Amino acid sequence: MTTQVPADSALMALRDCVRAAQADRTRLRLHGGNTKSFYGEPATGEPLDLRSIAGIVDYEPTELVVTVRCGTPLAELEQVLAARQQYLAFEPPHFGAGATVGGMVAAGLSGPRRATAGAVRDFMLGAVLMNASGELLHFGGQVMKNVAGYDVSRLLAGSMGILGPIVQVSLKVLPVPAAEATVCLSIGLREALSQMNRWGAQPLPLSGTSWAGGELMVRLSGAGAAVDAAVARLAADHGTRLIDPMAARAHWSGLREQTDAFFDDPLPLWRLSVPSGAPIFELPGRQLVEWGGALRWFKSDADAAFVRQAAATVGGTATRFRAAEAASGVFPALPAPILELHRRIKKEFDPRGLFNPGRLVAGL
Amino acid sequence: MSTTTMPNNQAPSVASGVSSLAPDLRWADVAQAPDPDRSAALVAALRAALPAHCVLAGVEQTRPYECDGLSAFRQLPVAVCLPENEQQVQQALRICREHDVPVVARGSGTSLSGGAMPHASGVVLSLARLNRILSVDPLARTARVQPGVRNLAISEAAAPHGLYYAPDPSSQIACSIGGNIAENSGGVHCLKYGLTVHNVLRVRGLTIDGEIIELGSAALDVPGLDLLALSIGSEGMLMVVTEALVKLVPKPQLARVVMASFDDVAKAGDAVAAIIGAGIIPAGLEMMDRKASAAVEPFVKAGYDLSAEAILLAESDGSPEEVEEEIERMMTVLRDAGATALVVSRSEAERLRFWSGRKNAFPAAGRISPDYYCMDGTIPRKNLGRMLVAISEMEQTYQLRCMNVFHAGDGNLHPLILFDANQPGEWERADRFGADILELCVELGGTVTGEHGVGIEKINSMCVQFSPAEREAFFALKRAFDPPGLLNPGKGIPTLARCAEYGKMHVHGGRVAFPDIERF
Repeated sequence: MTTQVPADSALMALRDCVRAAQADRTRLRLHGGNTKSFYGEPATGEPLDLRSIAGIVDYEPTELVVTVRCGTPLAELEQVLAARQQYLAFEPPHFGAGATVGGMVAAGLSGPRRATAGAVRDFMLGAVLMNASGELLHFGGQVMKNVAGYDVSRLLAGSMGILGPIVQVSLKVLPVPAAEATVCLSIGLREALSQMNRWGAQPLPLSGTSWAGGELMVRLSGAGAAVDAAVARLAADHGTRLIDPMAARAHWSGLREQTDAFFDDPLPLWRLSVPSGAPIFELPGRQLVEWGGALRWFKSDADAAFVRQAAATVGGTATRFRAAEAASGVFPALPAPILELHRRIKKEFDPRGLFNPGRLVAGL
Repeated sequence: MSTTTMPNNQAPSVASGVSSLAPDLRWADVAQAPDPDRSAALVAALRAALPAHCVLAGVEQTRPYECDGLSAFRQLPVAVCLPENEQQVQQALRICREHDVPVVARGSGTSLSGGAMPHASGVVLSLARLNRILSVDPLARTARVQPGVRNLAISEAAAPHGLYYAPDPSSQIACSIGGNIAENSGGVHCLKYGLTVHNVLRVRGLTIDGEIIELGSAALDVPGLDLLALSIGSEGMLMVVTEALVKLVPKPQLARVVMASFDDVAKAGDAVAAIIGAGIIPAGLEMMDRKASAAVEPFVKAGYDLSAEAILLAESDGSPEEVEEEIERMMTVLRDAGATALVVSRSEAERLRFWSGRKNAFPAAGRISPDYYCMDGTIPRKNLGRMLVAISEMEQTYQLRCMNVFHAGDGNLHPLILFDANQPGEWERADRFGADILELCVELGGTVTGEHGVGIEKINSMCVQFSPAEREAFFALKRAFDPPGLLNPGKGIPTLARCAEYGKMHVHGGRVAFPDIERF
């Protein structure tokens, strides 16, 4: 059980809004800093700003848990954690100055460290959801292990707000690695994919991989001795070059925030989430690979059906992550029985369809 | 089976001791007597659809399935199905759906919360024969397995590739991956390596309507709601898993463990916080109190310091350089935190010996007491001292002993309440002792179950942890997956009526008002 949320004025105001919307069937577009409004199916409904529900409720570094309200700026949370040498290990993208913790959870996006550290959902310990009747529901808690009831907290990560406003979350935090180094190797994609997967099976302190334009970058994090040993080994075995720490930080930040030159292009950005060992995709346009091969970005004007089919063939999915104009058809269609489960869950949690209609799945 | 709640549960005296209990409030939902005609029709339909050896019926054949690892709760089902493939699982579910009877999925039956206890009018669906490892992919670092595969068997199959499956519940030699998925099982290494939910990429299974669904994928994410996360830990109440794709991770080159003695339990608790505060995430971080080490030492001869009030085991794994550095840092922190003795394992054999006591705490409890009752609450670590003081007070209140082992790194407590089921009233006292511990876990900001699940055992304690609106949200999810409510009903989530009844009966401090009145 989490600390009970005190009914302060911001929450009372949210409750009143939700109840009024419930009464007159107003659809609500829940939002924080709008830094990820480009992502997902187009939003409709009356904007409802959740940024007034803000603040770090509880943070004890030795418990490795922080409890924070949804409207808290992500930058503020990261600063507080950094002051105690801790961080969000899933490296959530901000995509702009005003990113909030609620938006981070609702979008469910994770950065370069995802393949080895885990995703947002892996660090969700608890959440407080406001339901369509304006009641606050607590799920999970502030402890690492908790199997009481269904795991609704993790269900909320990536829910795009369709189940209701996520007003508070408890997240597992980790110590900042004592040491970090990035090495680089000039190789082709085929070789890079095979190498990333082979390294993944070895006890190396990997914390990020990327390949673009013939350059494979590998980040190593952990105890100083472990990182030093890995850098030496990779140099000896593969001839990798050590990258200047400033340049390395800029590189990983550029991927996390999509400020890297690769993303600077008006063509649609496709995100292919695929098994790490999937072969090279023969798609027109430029590509960038992350997550040991499990994430393939394409800047491409290829036909949507063609891109989706390519991903589906290897058991993956393709999402039109960014495009010049917002349009539906961002996410691929869900398989029929899975879609039916989504329909039923949405109907149970939000029978009148108030919250972020259509934002995750068209028509829901 | 390495974990049993009552190691001498085969003794008839224990069974009779249990059956002489007053009807238990938790029991009513699953113990409704079946209609004989309906039961006969059900068995006939199952026998018509499945090979003869896949259907068990009658007291003699179904007796072995009457309970899981929580043997205080027993119930015979109408029938037990042991399908040999997914199609047979589908047929069994279709028949149960048609006959409108409950289905309780079962793996190896090592649950400590009665999650696999049968329903009197229903079917136990044993997945034990779906026990094949379908493939191990060393490059993708995954294994595709059927639900009846034992946890340890996955690591054994992955070992030639230098890989293993990380979650390691104490029962890993026996427990199945399907059961691990149902309970979101942990283990002693989950602070660093995560729980089942962090190590399963995809599950395939059947809904009560017999529809095949796949949640998650071989990729790291899929569009839509994270139904995979929802299914893990759902105690067989949402779907029946027929296949899983699990993550394999590289085996660390080396592991060493530091054993630290403390003359005060609170100091040991502070030492745990200090290790984490120093930015170290040990591979394992476990605590035992003096009663626990005294119970295990004669049994395993691990070399524990019997004068210590608490013993901490802190493990480091990784490359030799990394382990050396981390062990050095942990020793410094432990010394500063007031450790009275420090020993570091010098060999793999010694490391395993240090761990053997911790891993054998449950059987050791069985050696020193006719029965024991294992609890599973989790609390924020900072409240450990308070909890242990409260447990000592409860020992006085209930006149029962309790030894404590503790996944210190993640705040997961396993108090072992010692009792004798043959002594009238002892099990009832143990049961109330346990409920009090769980209630205090909630009060201290924790949860009634860290890794063993709610099952039938903690169904009443769930009323303390969740509000009616929260429980309704759980039922909403249950309805979405299982509209007729036939998958493991009566477990996991208590109904409004049950909580109302429990609230009326339950008096703070664990004493039931008017104990001589029959209740059910």
